[in-house]
Amino acid sequence: MTRPTSEAEYLASLVPASVRGVSRRTLLRGALGAGTLLAAPSLLAACGGGGSTSTGGKATGTVTIGSNQSDAVPKAAIQAVMDAFQKANSGLTTKINTIDHNSFQENINNYLQGSPDDVWMWFSGYRMRFFASKGLAGDVSDVWKDLAGMSDALKKASTGDDGKQYFVPSTYYPWAMFYRKSVFEKFGYTEPKTLDEFKTLGTQMKKDGLVPIAFGDKDGWPAMGTFDQLNLRVNGYQFHVDLMAGKEAWNGDKVKKVFDTWAGLLDLHQPDALGRTWQEAAQTLQQKKAGTYLLGSFVAQQFSKGAEQDDLTFFNFPEIDSTIGADAIEAPIDGYMMAKRPKNEAGAKKLLGYVGSADAQNIVVKADPSVIATNDKADQASYTALQKKSVEFVSQAKSIAQFMDRDTRPDFASTVMIPAIQSFLKNPKDIDGLVNSIENQKKSIFSS
Amino acid sequence: MARRKYKGIDHLSSVDRVVVALMVVVPTLLVLWLVWLPAVGSVLLSFTNWDGIGPISSAKVIGLKNYHDVVTIYPPFWPAVQHNLIWLGVLFLVATPFGLFLAVLLDRELRGSRVYQTAIYLPVVLSLALVGFIWQLIYSRDQGLINQVTGGTIDWYGDQRYNLWAALLAASWRHVGYIMLLYLAGLKGVDPTLREAAKVDGANERTTFFRVVFPVMAPINAIVLVVTVIESLRAFDLVWVINKGRNGLELISTLVTSNIVGEASRIGFGSAMATMMLLISSVFVAIYLRYTFKEQR
Repeated sequence: MTRPTSEAEYLASLVPASVRGVSRRTLLRGALGAGTLLAAPSLLAACGGGGSTSTGGKATGTVTIGSNQSDAVPKAAIQAVMDAFQKANSGLTTKINTIDHNSFQENINNYLQGSPDDVWMWFSGYRMRFFASKGLAGDVSDVWKDLAGMSDALKKASTGDDGKQYFVPSTYYPWAMFYRKSVFEKFGYTEPKTLDEFKTLGTQMKKDGLVPIAFGDKDGWPAMGTFDQLNLRVNGYQFHVDLMAGKEAWNGDKVKKVFDTWAGLLDLHQPDALGRTWQEAAQTLQQKKAGTYLLGSFVAQQFSKGAEQDDLTFFNFPEIDSTIGADAIEAPIDGYMMAKRPKNEAGAKKLLGYVGSADAQNIVVKADPSVIATNDKADQASYTALQKKSVEFVSQAKSIAQFMDRDTRPDFASTVMIPAIQSFLKNPKDIDGLVNSIENQKKSIFSS
Repeated sequence: MARRKYKGIDHLSSVDRVVVALMVVVPTLLVLWLVWLPAVGSVLLSFTNWDGIGPISSAKVIGLKNYHDVVTIYPPFWPAVQHNLIWLGVLFLVATPFGLFLAVLLDRELRGSRVYQTAIYLPVVLSLALVGFIWQLIYSRDQGLINQVTGGTIDWYGDQRYNLWAALLAASWRHVGYIMLLYLAGLKGVDPTLREAAKVDGANERTTFFRVVFPVMAPINAIVLVVTVIESLRAFDLVWVINKGRNGLELISTLVTSNIVGEASRIGFGSAMATMMLLISSVFVAIYLRYTFKEQR
């Protein structure tokens, strides 16, 4: 049970064991392909972009970027990065197409098979490897050759099943229980370490007129975070990985226990969650009407910069089973991918090299202090208290998961788990029926 | 050039023949391409496990598995069927008769009847998605009109006990105008001598309407019936803008969409549900066509 001492070690633990197994196997297979790839880079470049120059050449023209960062804060951050990129590369212009975050995700298949932007924002994990294996993403291995400050673990997390890189990481953020320091001080609360302590705290919060846990699940995915946290605490990291990979049964006692535990916490959750977006729920925390909120650190986007964000902090989701501990957390990575046939390949690769650099990431984390940079060389000295805490938090974690909808098949996550968790929130009593239904659908989907 | 009398196809000049041929062939091809090809395509895809990526040849034929899964292990399916039936019931039993009622009132040439007609018909011009947004202003939990006036905290669109009915009210608001217009046209077409004859025979207003006018409007009734059924089957936009057809607002059409166009891309699975919808609506369309052709003979 050693803790990772460096960020690189932390990032190594990002890659689920299942993937490591796969990549080892496919790496051997991919080695042949990789060999030919290295031998004939000019050939590849020649068939890559119609008429565009290879990476070595001077990149000019316009690079289009498909951005899913439609919320105000990250949108401004992306704009700032692209402006800086244009300034540094005369002759290259960028055009950002911002698409609503949820719509972007829902239309991703059509988007990628239509005429996608040269570069688009996406997530690491199964979701990245899926599109890479379907031949919808461009190979960015040459960008990685010149990418400084990215650990081997990040490279692994950006590698597809065929051993090539398809992803350039930009930022990541941890999931935890967020709260306002001023609220905890006012009522004299302390951070709970175990679930029992947390329940006691919740009861006290109710007495003090606060909603113990702010909660909004209109979009269907935020509650997956609650499930993941409970699952990591009740059953541990390896079970999460196997469950997401479809190897464990959903109707076994282990998953039932997760839902049982959740059912016992529901009266501490904000009611009517299915009609509320995460932004609205975050505002109840911001307005000091709620005590805590389980979300990713992007919750800070709903807090104004400066004093209000300094007032925001978090604690790790409490321990449930002392034999499992509380050293597994979730910290998803966001980044960029390249279209299979970008209109401006040289420009796109140049841009990808830039967004992976410490310079670009310094701009992002400054403009959006709710996330932290993936590049080791990024300037951590100017981090806010929350960002510093996030870095420390992830470096202390023993294992790190991505998120349910990034660790498992997208069809399973969106058509089975979203309705299943919503129906659990509506009717928390019929857990047996629920888990059997999930298991039946899982078998059907994973076998196809 | 002097006009000659038309004496059948042989009499047409070759240019005319080409024009006629084009007028027949082009629409036929368009219908085949835009209507039949996708329809048959969906039916065929419903027997496969295609994930929407890459060539269709990569899909595996899996027989009736999708259909079997839909009806046995897909939890939102039966609620969706139920909601579609409720939708049909409400439109058919409440909105349609109410539209008829308004048409009868407006047909009596009361003062300002044009204004009423316009007011009632106006929602039909709006897309259902827009109707959803308009009603959002009324239903919203924290800022909505209803809760502001009554001081309540009911989340009309979010709470699954109410949201179907809230959505139905919004859909009916639009449907009533549509039906009103159809019936108003029908009522204008009823021969006034029929009413006079009924009056002479001593029938009161009510009897005249139900025994004489309503039966005469049979063709309109058939259209209204089909329109109502189809509207309730393709109900989609309204619930999609509310919450993507989750949480109490599941409809077959939203399930089709969320399976096919989402990141999920379960094309085969979604197509199976689309095919079921196609079959159900075909039954009603067939009834309607049979009826109209019988009329014409």
